Amino acid sequence: MTAYLLKRLVIAAITLVLASMVVFAVLQVVPGDPARLMLGMNASAEQVEMLRSQLGLNDPLVLRYLHWAIGLLHLDFGRSYTYSVPVLDLVRERIVVSLPLALIALALSTAIAIPVGLYSASRRGRAGDVIAMGVSQVGVAVPNFWFALLLIYLFAVWLRWVPAGGFAGWKAGAWPALKSLLLPAVALALPQAAILARVTRQALLEVLSEDYIRTARAKGMPYRAVLWRHALRNALIPVLTIMGLQFAFLLAGTVIIENVFYLPGLGRLVFQAITQRDLIVVESVVMLLVAAVIAVNLLVDLSYALVDPRLRSRE
Amino acid sequence: MTLQTQVPERRLTDAIGKALANRSFAIGLFIALLVAGTALLSFVWTPYDVTKLVIADKQQAPSWLHWFGTDHFGRDILSMIMVGSRNSLAVALVAVGIGMGLGVPLGCLAAARGGLLDEALMRLNDLVFAFPALLSAIMITAIFGPGAINAIIAIGIFNVPVFARVARAGALSIWPREFILAARAAGKGGTAITVEHILPNIATLLMVQGTIQFALGILAEAGLSYLGLGAQPPMPSWGRMLFDAQTKMAIAPWMAIFPGLAIVVTVLGLNLLGDGIADLIDPKARRQR
Amino acid sequence: MSLWKSVLAAAVLALASGSSALAARTDLVLGMVLEPPHLDPTAGAAAAIREITYANVFQGLTHIGPNGEVLPDLAESWTISDDGKVYTFKLHTGVKFHDGTDFSADDVKFSLERAMAPDSQNAQKQLFAAIDKVEVVDPATVKVTLKHPQGSFLYDMGWGDAVIVSPKTAATNKEKPIGTGPFKFENWAKGSSVTLVKSDNYWGDPVSLDKAEFRFIPDAAAAVPAMLSGDVQAFPTFPPDAVSQIESDPQLKVVVGSTEGETILAMNNKKPPFDNLKVRQAVSYALDRKAIIDGASGGFGQPIGSHMSPSNKAYVDLTGKYPYDPAKAKELLKEAGLEKGFKTTLKLPPPSYARLGGEIIASELRDIGIDAEIIPVEWAQWLDQVFTKKDYDMTIVSHVEPNDIAIYSRPDYYFNYQNPEFNKVIEELNLTSDEAKRIDLLKQAQEILADDAVVGFLFELPKIGVWDAKLTGLWENSPIPANDLTQVKWND
Repeated sequence: MTAYLLKRLVIAAITLVLASMVVFAVLQVVPGDPARLMLGMNASAEQVEMLRSQLGLNDPLVLRYLHWAIGLLHLDFGRSYTYSVPVLDLVRERIVVSLPLALIALALSTAIAIPVGLYSASRRGRAGDVIAMGVSQVGVAVPNFWFALLLIYLFAVWLRWVPAGGFAGWKAGAWPALKSLLLPAVALALPQAAILARVTRQALLEVLSEDYIRTARAKGMPYRAVLWRHALRNALIPVLTIMGLQFAFLLAGTVIIENVFYLPGLGRLVFQAITQRDLIVVESVVMLLVAAVIAVNLLVDLSYALVDPRLRSRE
Repeated sequence: MTLQTQVPERRLTDAIGKALANRSFAIGLFIALLVAGTALLSFVWTPYDVTKLVIADKQQAPSWLHWFGTDHFGRDILSMIMVGSRNSLAVALVAVGIGMGLGVPLGCLAAARGGLLDEALMRLNDLVFAFPALLSAIMITAIFGPGAINAIIAIGIFNVPVFARVARAGALSIWPREFILAARAAGKGGTAITVEHILPNIATLLMVQGTIQFALGILAEAGLSYLGLGAQPPMPSWGRMLFDAQTKMAIAPWMAIFPGLAIVVTVLGLNLLGDGIADLIDPKARRQR
Repeated sequence: MSLWKSVLAAAVLALASGSSALAARTDLVLGMVLEPPHLDPTAGAAAAIREITYANVFQGLTHIGPNGEVLPDLAESWTISDDGKVYTFKLHTGVKFHDGTDFSADDVKFSLERAMAPDSQNAQKQLFAAIDKVEVVDPATVKVTLKHPQGSFLYDMGWGDAVIVSPKTAATNKEKPIGTGPFKFENWAKGSSVTLVKSDNYWGDPVSLDKAEFRFIPDAAAAVPAMLSGDVQAFPTFPPDAVSQIESDPQLKVVVGSTEGETILAMNNKKPPFDNLKVRQAVSYALDRKAIIDGASGGFGQPIGSHMSPSNKAYVDLTGKYPYDPAKAKELLKEAGLEKGFKTTLKLPPPSYARLGGEIIASELRDIGIDAEIIPVEWAQWLDQVFTKKDYDMTIVSHVEPNDIAIYSRPDYYFNYQNPEFNKVIEELNLTSDEAKRIDLLKQAQEILADDAVVGFLFELPKIGVWDAKLTGLWENSPIPANDLTQVKWND
């Protein structure tokens, strides 16, 4: 177990270092000069050059990489070119939007998907299953930003139940803040729930066809009881894997949804930073997201071992 | 188990009948052919010319003249969807091609050689997987400039590790089989075995993954176009039609509804087709029905 | 149970505040397209800084009114010496900064000298260039001596860049602005909004709003539902192409004003084939301005035929010089030896007038055989490629600075246009102070630009404000970038 753990940790660390090199290298070739953008149309070439050296943009490449990477280790992400505040402050402000949004969406998607998956598996081939899986097929196919647009016009413009966008801020109280995350969370969650429901059903059916389940049934255990007692537990591995992937997706992949709802989250921070050539923000936040993805994957790997003792002993 | 041995004995017509009896496969195939047919038809005929702007006819509601209405430049939305299907299909198809073309050889190589090479390739895979795909695609298009080609590359890159994993897992399960051992004993090399024995045996697996990635590619292209990073005007694209529509939702909802439905139907069709193929080739899943 | 109750209570409260509040509202959410980089108007050029702070947080000696008039502000009155060089300002007394410190003539001296200093970060240093010295006569009187008379001095002191700041907080105003205005800064949620609240120690006429939130909504697509749902109650510069949706809502008011933005199709005058006058003329004939305004600007905006705002006294209508005439355009291309047309590129910055206008223009150019590939660029790339490196064929952009026709005489400007005759007119203009003669020269300059078809002149960018019909006191025009909330109130 410890050897397994250690190996996973080392791999994760190597991946992180390689990822940081990729991110840094890629951003060196982005066209557009951040200094020129900050100073605007009327600045002279000398002013631009001065700002470039102030920002450290003229230092040698390796030096800049090391400077940045070592800073990251100290949680010193540098200063944003456009906002001229520490990147860490920006991240802190944004993560209180993105993280709750991702968590709510994940909770919502799980709360919908697991029961639907169970229901479908228990009524395999019958009308209920066919309808549920048909709906989930459509759910998988819906682009979430299109769905979001429809939600906005239905619930915000027409019914006026929730805000059309923006984030009230946690200072305004939990309820207004949650209210402004509701529609985006639904828009994110439903397509994810559709995927998760299908995976859950499939995993359950596979477990159900295994020999020990057949034995249990042959002994006269009722179908539902088998489903609950044995199948669900053993079907957890694929479900957990998908949930891990979905969480990573939700944390980083909300760019479009955050744009539709103009939520000040991490995804939009990066998107804006890309267009404004605030490279230090792009580098640091992308690295943070990569680290989050790696950490989640690591956790999922470890949770396998917890769920399935056979896996644990094998390693 | 009996089913598996019977399949090769069946005649072709019988097999087709069997396939079409599979609901997912039949519906999926129908939709896929419909979309492909529409795309081909758009090369020779569309109700209106999509490159011609008629500002005077802007934002007209659906009618007998314009079944799906007109957009903010007075273009016929049905015609735009028809021509736009070309773009969606082409981008997703080439992106799948890139993923397969690079991923399958890598996966097979990793499975054939094993050891350090396998480890290195799989870690490289992990590296690509660690990047949030959509965000990275945005970064790539921001660097190289928006456009259909760059969207293809951005989506294609993230298909590579997917196919590499599927190919490797598939290949690894075939290698220990007896007929492979026999081939090795006969003195065949790794490349020859991979081409002659491994690839045919994992082809269906790759096909299933291919349709899934194809569907995902269409969604990803729509997302990039929606952000203005996909195909550029005058080439219509479904994602950009949605982008253009969103400022007009309250007065011209048809501008958003029809391109959105086009995406949903196409992706739905491809997913059903993929499910259908998986059902047909996997006797275990078949038996469960 | 208690959670359920509190949720219910919140819901009831939300309903009550949303529909039937009897007392007039005192809060306002105002939408803005761009977020400012910081909040110190004396240390940055971004208009968004002024759109939040001007007249609300910071005040100057004078104040520009909604129609561009000069009004007294922190200076209650002034006298001007006969030679026009000495201005003596009588200041209001009892004025306090938001942090409680008293305002006095020393603060005026500090602020002006800070702006004049060689290392000043002020974005409009020329406003202060004429100042020779600033003297404190007594705590309520300040005397400003100029090097030479400057007719616009009182107007200049009303700019957002000339506001008075306290020496104690000058260094921290970027993050936490402290001024003398009726609203004080409360919070800045980066990427989202800036909130101001009523200041308790305000010296002037009380304002009716208690709280104002400036919310940043960069996309037109998000601005529309924000207005329609009532989340945002005022959007003083609304994207024109999205206005049609708002017009159908009787609870909202659409106010069309003017800007100083000449929207043009710029052509690289040195790069073949645009170095050929006939080709530029052909492009000009191919432009259907009405279609462009309808399609890219929601039908708002006046067509222009040269580089001058139609509201300017010196404006001549030259739109008739190149009317929409594709046949004539083709003929000119033939004369230029390009009867088969040619391939070129059209780089488009992010604003909707450029992106939408570009699609229309590309289609119009296609009609005369010019195949213009559309290349969308971010502002960063536009500044780099088009503006700085002049690596472009055509682009669309709005020149929003007032009276900026002289840019065509700049030797290295991105149009790559050189005409000694035009430069002579501009030189003469700079030396002329006689109003009638200036107008005459400006008219000549417009004619030359139109004759040379330097760029494709499209339309004057409209300023479209959208706000709740019950709201009064917002500015209809924008003589300077500002969202002055001092007169804003809700009427039932």
